Amino acid sequence: MSQTSLDIAQLLAGMLLLVSFLMLYQDRLSALINRYALQAIVLAASVAWQAYTQQAAHLYVTAAIALIFKALIIPLSLHKIVKKLRVHRTIEIIGGLRITMALGVFLTALSLVVMLPATTSVNAIDREDLAFAMAVVLLGLLMMVTRSNVVSQVIGFMSLENGLILAAAGADGMPLVVEISVAFSVIVAFIIIGIFLFRIRERFDTVNLFELDRVRGEKR
Amino acid sequence: MALVGYLIISLASLIYVGRADLSKKVYAATGALCGFIFMTSVWPRGAEILTIELPLGVPWIGMHLRIDQLSTFFLAVINLVSAAASVYAIGYGAHERHPMRILPFFPLFIAAMNLVVLADDAFTFLWAWELMSVFSWALVLTHDYATENRFAAYVYLLMASFGSLMLLMAFGLLGGADGTYQFSSIRGASRDEWKAGVALILVIFGVGSKAGLVPMHIWLPLTDPAAPSHVAALMSGVMKKVAIYGFIRIVFDLLGPPAYWWSIEPITLGAVSALVGVLFAIIQDELKKVLAYGTIENIGIIFIALGLSLAFKANGLTAAAALSFTAALLHILNHALFKASLFFGAGAMITATGERTIERLGGLIKLMPKTAILFLIASLAIAALPPLNGFVSEWLLLQGILLTPALPQWGLRLLAPVAGIVFALRAALGAACYVRVYGISFLGRARSKSAEHAREVDDWSLGAMLGLLIVCISIGLVPGLMIDAISPVTESLVGGRLPAQHFSQWLTIAPITEVRSSYNGFLVALFVVISGLTAYWIVHRLWPRPVRYAPAWDCGYVDPTPLSQYSASSFAQPIRRALGGVAYTAVEHLDMPKPGDVRVAKFGVEIKDRAMIYLYGPICAAVLAASNRLNGFNYLKIQEYLAVVFAALILLLLVVAI
Repeated sequence: MSQTSLDIAQLLAGMLLLVSFLMLYQDRLSALINRYALQAIVLAASVAWQAYTQQAAHLYVTAAIALIFKALIIPLSLHKIVKKLRVHRTIEIIGGLRITMALGVFLTALSLVVMLPATTSVNAIDREDLAFAMAVVLLGLLMMVTRSNVVSQVIGFMSLENGLILAAAGADGMPLVVEISVAFSVIVAFIIIGIFLFRIRERFDTVNLFELDRVRGEKR
Repeated sequence: MALVGYLIISLASLIYVGRADLSKKVYAATGALCGFIFMTSVWPRGAEILTIELPLGVPWIGMHLRIDQLSTFFLAVINLVSAAASVYAIGYGAHERHPMRILPFFPLFIAAMNLVVLADDAFTFLWAWELMSVFSWALVLTHDYATENRFAAYVYLLMASFGSLMLLMAFGLLGGADGTYQFSSIRGASRDEWKAGVALILVIFGVGSKAGLVPMHIWLPLTDPAAPSHVAALMSGVMKKVAIYGFIRIVFDLLGPPAYWWSIEPITLGAVSALVGVLFAIIQDELKKVLAYGTIENIGIIFIALGLSLAFKANGLTAAAALSFTAALLHILNHALFKASLFFGAGAMITATGERTIERLGGLIKLMPKTAILFLIASLAIAALPPLNGFVSEWLLLQGILLTPALPQWGLRLLAPVAGIVFALRAALGAACYVRVYGISFLGRARSKSAEHAREVDDWSLGAMLGLLIVCISIGLVPGLMIDAISPVTESLVGGRLPAQHFSQWLTIAPITEVRSSYNGFLVALFVVISGLTAYWIVHRLWPRPVRYAPAWDCGYVDPTPLSQYSASSFAQPIRRALGGVAYTAVEHLDMPKPGDVRVAKFGVEIKDRAMIYLYGPICAAVLAASNRLNGFNYLKIQEYLAVVFAALILLLLVVAI
């Protein structure tokens, strides 16, 4: 593999990570969804580049799925949901934004430290890609932990899944079956969570997790 | 031959499927099968070792079975006693209210024990071990309507899982060089001494929790009374021996040449178990509990013998090692025989009277004369009186202890006499214990209405007891034959054997040399019989007055109530006060009304197991405290749950990174 294609692959993976950081401190829901769409586009580009360099046709399918579902359908429907729920103008309070960003940097460093020595047997592109992918996964988890809004938790979960796809695409050809099953599970989760959101909203008139805890009888 | 183990399993499951409506048929089939396996295992077949590999179990590994001399010996013990238990159950099982709770598990339990002995790789061994635990657990739960039985089953399950965990870790340490767990590759592998030592300790805990070594004994006095008598006989008489088989197989066979300090732990724990077991046995009121604690005591004896054998083997004294090992194996067989028949006897008394405590029995010798004689012989055997078999194995063990001055290590030379003293002490206490059991329940006057109306039990039960006791007596009379039969086993495991005893010099056995010590069961028996007949003749012929029959325990007064007889707790009280403090704390309550008060005076004793107080109490408290602390985790918010998972992930990653 030439140096240029390596550079491009790493550039795309780095962009994915960068978008993860952008999502991490975005406190408005509609903007968050847009950034998720952006991440999906970068992911599609990254996977397509992998398909090109590896000469693997099935990765194009993966890229197409990423582009169609994650960059178009899911963001559009999320926008719809958010509008229906009338939370699209809500500004979410994220506690300790600076600490969260610092944690994000720490997690990225950690994944580099863990991944680089652990994968010495694989070629260079995969090592860097895997480290970035793991950082994206960890940032997605961090987002789920720090957010109190159910919608942004869903987005955190799906961004986590983007990291998984990136890692899998880098690893010299992923069987399509695995890809499809992962994608399918995400879509199922999306649908179920979507339905539940409406049910919760109908019942309790809010999608804020703090309020849900109050309903459950927790003391704040 | 190797297929036999498989046969019993398939047949047992057949029985399981085939809706056994008649318990008699099931027990008869099981008994016949056990008898068949017993016959094939004792059939002389040379020194060949049979192995078979079955494509079952873990994929690509399969299931390895192997029959060598040691397995053959244990197969014989297991199936002989199981056959007797099945025959006994033909009669006893008729009184069972829920036969379907026992029938499916009974043959499977026996099959699992057989499989443990046949296993030749760690997976099969542990699997069979677990099956044995689970099926016996199901049998303990037969009468689950009683709270204490449910508690017993729970404690048993806990201790069994603890033991399996220990064995699992031990096998993990022992794994062969190429990561396989076949016994043949474990046997060949060379390993560091510390690894073998740690594995040994794990094995002792694992096996001890199944065999009932103190302090892992707490489940045993709970489960044996809970299980039906024929099951209790198998659990106490056979299953613990299978656990000891595990110890012998791993320590003598798989671990390689022993170091001398390996013997310290078995000898110490064995001596403690022997003493604690007998001290508890002597104060119990419930007959089955007496027998259960008696099992702990005898397991202790066997472990002392095995420990001594290890010590001798490590120092190259093969003749002495063979002597102790023979004593251990012989005691395994003997204890299986007489403990099973004692449990049969206990079951017979329970069916006849419905009473479980000996304080409510008495005078049964007149109502159940056949049971009384059989129970007497079994008691004599377990109390190690010549000319019965218990004496032979304990005498051999003592001979082994007397050889310990030949050991070069000072620690062992000091430890062995202590074990010897404990051994002698518990022999005396054991005799007292069975005097108490027999005297209180069979002699005197009936202490309850139900004991007055006892009737002799059926012939099947009596036949099973009689069969086992005939074996007991014949081993006692001609022990040389049995020693010769065992010697291939000792030869394969400790590398030496006792000199051939076969019909030498009037059936005398001489374990070392004739000059040093010898014992002739046959002559002792002859002497006992002749002197007994002479005494009978003198009493009946030379005594001037005719025999006069009068109420027992009368002392010349007309006794208003049988309760004023000497009771079981009165018998045990001096020993409890003098020695009981070793094993338990006893608090006596005396509630004496003031003069003029017409209240009834009350006296009671509260016994607490020291292992319960100092070992299990703190453990239970710690577990409770930890689970109370962790209880908060049940009521977290979603984010907090996520954060916990996240934190754990990060922590693990940090560990990897550093």
